[in-house]
Amino acid sequence: MKNDNRVNYIRIIATILIIVSTLYLLTRLMMPKYDIGVIEGALVAEYYDEVKGHDLIFIGDCEVYDNFSPAVLWQDYGINSYIRGSAQQLIWQSYYLLEDTLYHEKPPVVIFNVLALMYNEPQREAYNRMSLEGMRWTPAKIRAINASMMESEHFLDYVFPLLRYHSRWKELSSADFTRMFKKDKVSHNGFFINIGVKPAINVPEGRILANYNFGAKAMEYLDKMTALCLENGIELILVKAPSLYPYWYDEWEEQVKVYAKANGLKYINFLELIDETGLDFMTDTYNAGLHLNLTGAEKITHYLGEFLLNNTSLADRRGEADLATRWEEKLLLYNREIERLSAGLDVE
Amino acid sequence: MLFTSYEFIGFLLVLFISYYLIPKRHQWKLLLVFSYLFYFIAGPVYLLYITATTITIFFFALKIENLSKRKDENFSGDKKVHKALIKNKKWRLLLFALIINIGILAISKYTNFAIANANSVLRFFGVAAEKQFGFRNIIIPLGISFYTFQAVSYLIDVYRGTVTAERNPFRFALFVSFFPQLIQGPISRFGDLSKTLFLPHSFDRIQVSYGLQRILFGFFKKLVIADRVAVGVTEIIREPDIYNGAFVFIGMFFFALELYADFTGGIDITIGVAQVLGIKVAENFRRPFFSKSIKEFWKRWHISMGTWFTDYIFYPVTVSKPMLRLSKWSRKNLGTALGKRIPIYLASFIVWFTTGLWHGASWNFIVWGLANWIVIMISQEFEPLYNRFHNRFPRVKEQTAFKLFQIIRTILIMNMIRSFNYYRDVPLTFRMWGTMVTERNWRIVFDGSLLGLGLSMADYVILLLGVVLLVWVSLKQRNGAVREYISAKPYWVKFVIWYGLFLSVLIFGAYGIGYDASQFIYNQF
Amino acid sequence: MNELLEILTDLHEDIDFTTAEAIFDNKIIDSFDIVSIIAEIYDRFDVTISAEYIVPENFNSAKALFALIEKLQEEN
Repeated sequence: MKNDNRVNYIRIIATILIIVSTLYLLTRLMMPKYDIGVIEGALVAEYYDEVKGHDLIFIGDCEVYDNFSPAVLWQDYGINSYIRGSAQQLIWQSYYLLEDTLYHEKPPVVIFNVLALMYNEPQREAYNRMSLEGMRWTPAKIRAINASMMESEHFLDYVFPLLRYHSRWKELSSADFTRMFKKDKVSHNGFFINIGVKPAINVPEGRILANYNFGAKAMEYLDKMTALCLENGIELILVKAPSLYPYWYDEWEEQVKVYAKANGLKYINFLELIDETGLDFMTDTYNAGLHLNLTGAEKITHYLGEFLLNNTSLADRRGEADLATRWEEKLLLYNREIERLSAGLDVE
Repeated sequence: MLFTSYEFIGFLLVLFISYYLIPKRHQWKLLLVFSYLFYFIAGPVYLLYITATTITIFFFALKIENLSKRKDENFSGDKKVHKALIKNKKWRLLLFALIINIGILAISKYTNFAIANANSVLRFFGVAAEKQFGFRNIIIPLGISFYTFQAVSYLIDVYRGTVTAERNPFRFALFVSFFPQLIQGPISRFGDLSKTLFLPHSFDRIQVSYGLQRILFGFFKKLVIADRVAVGVTEIIREPDIYNGAFVFIGMFFFALELYADFTGGIDITIGVAQVLGIKVAENFRRPFFSKSIKEFWKRWHISMGTWFTDYIFYPVTVSKPMLRLSKWSRKNLGTALGKRIPIYLASFIVWFTTGLWHGASWNFIVWGLANWIVIMISQEFEPLYNRFHNRFPRVKEQTAFKLFQIIRTILIMNMIRSFNYYRDVPLTFRMWGTMVTERNWRIVFDGSLLGLGLSMADYVILLLGVVLLVWVSLKQRNGAVREYISAKPYWVKFVIWYGLFLSVLIFGAYGIGYDASQFIYNQF
Repeated sequence: MNELLEILTDLHEDIDFTTAEAIFDNKIIDSFDIVSIIAEIYDRFDVTISAEYIVPENFNSAKALFALIEKLQEEN
């Protein structure tokens, strides 16, 4: 009798173990391997591996992770920064990423890129996944998911990604098996290096909109962001990266200016600083004005570094030995990646 | 709330757990609450309709039964006259209740169909479009065809005295609204379902696991097979001009598979859910694709609907006084052979017309119903011929090849008839049949055209394996219950079977937002 | 009784209805047969079997059916 019971217990435990482990393995297998595919999906998760204590955190969409180089900010200005950007990061996602960041550190300065104000609703499930999946589970993530879901989406799909990605069984490649547990770093402190050149010619004019006012939900989250920074003694700076497209309307510019003034925030619009930064849209963009390439990013980062040292509490920290050692390593990888990319470019 | 939604699974989990935690005498009340909750989630307005049907049928059934009881009391006058009086009263009550409830069904489901037909007539007489009738925006409550039929069957059974009227309105409300069968049947009879519906049920491990297994198999049929092949069906129907000839033929098989997997899968979930709750819902299918004739097919497919039409339309019509008189008259004047047939043919016509209409408010369904009628009548006429053939060659009947021939013939005929259901309209269906003869495009089976229907090679492999599993289960069923067969196996064998089935639903199920690589193309921001 | 047996045998020559049981439950007679039987009975016995009597208990054997006819004749 006693033996029977024991057999039963072992059986139940073994069954549970098998179920949990197969489901876990299947999930790892079916999840998209962002780091070798659509790398934008890998950005958010990489932050957690970092040693914290950043001076500056960027939040926003592609206009932050393609356009500002933390390596340059360190190398030339001694500012220790990290970009928490992701593809089409919506403003509530930026807000919750900031909340999420606050679980780990309290940066003195946060920079938010204002382009996302143009969206008042979630746009695409794929972008939601890329912005949200990488977040660690916290109340902030739950709120971020609830704020972001499209009608076709379901919360459970985030909790159990297998429910979302099960249909990938058709397109599994050997990489899905070999890379179940390993991931390569794709960014340099959230910056995504691109050295291609595609001049911006014939940039389309913005089409006429029915309504130029930012949506209520977008503005609500901007308010929340301002409040959260104030509460935590963080200086919030608004920027608009110098992307020519999507078109940045004068009416939008006006609203941001008014908001910044009313809330005592600094606001830098790089579109109006083309001469000061020396940006050349014939050479400094890799996709015709949508995003800057490395040379473009370096130019505006220089302007930003200068600005931060002169106008905020941030100071040059290159004297700190620990930090300097860490950055030395990072810069090595950064330069090696640039070399690798340049070599590839020659081959082409 | 679809059966295949996360919400439904959550709904079931909460119900199953609370059902066995509360005192047993309250279990049926909990079911009533959950059934109404289920219906409320589907659409709060629907509750009005189902409550109206429940209340009217409940009271009229009581009234009818009370009348029947009264006839036993002492009565001084002529007993025969009194009896006839009571009978007449009962009949009027029945008629009144039927008119109300069939009326609700008819108005909500068929008003716009009637308007469309009236407009066609007006158009024929040259009435301008602006003078024709406008369509109405009418709510069609979820499952109204099913619960109305179920309630009506109860009313007629009480009238006939075959069941005792339920005296507790809430119990009756549960019978009408029992949520697992609300959307797609089966159409249970009160005499059947009430045997277990209101009883206290203790947790029975075997019944619960059998029930869960049945639900799982239902999900497999629906998600892995039906929803997968549905993609191909939709594509073929969407572009009839491109998908003609052999595609029409293949489409018929795809649709047969989709319909079978979807419908029987749904019924598996229904019966499985009921089984977990300790309630026995009658089977609605008995391996229909093994039928040797259309008539047999309809005794094995959607059984509860077939018997409903037989019991409540076919019999009452055929054995009604006028019909019997007609039969007698025609036999005298038209000869026995024809005379015998007339009532049957007429009643069958009515049955199949209403069956078609019941399936949907369009001529497609009516023609589909009548096509069934025609085929059944033709085979009825050929029966003497068949019998003579079998008398000459008595051994043919027993041969497997002959049986197989009959089965394939039945499947093919059913496939043909069913295409009325899914093509846009009836003329198009006939045209598509025509292309099966005129278009000699059989090469599409081999030249990869089938991969253009939205189904990849991998999907076809899954479908093929799924069908093999379905056929295996059906064959196995002939020699007894499959779940019992599996449950006798060692623990780890059982585990592999059921967990394997679970995983295949999880992975191969066509649910959720498919991972669409093109969605991830980074094109704008 | 003999007349009833005649009606039944006309429909299914291969069955001995004097002894056959459960002919309804076992689907030996189908709905078309039942209708023919009821029409014949109306013709020859002048008895109307209405739909409420079409239940297995009444149609499972010739004996049961005959009992039903007798009962209905009495009631008239």
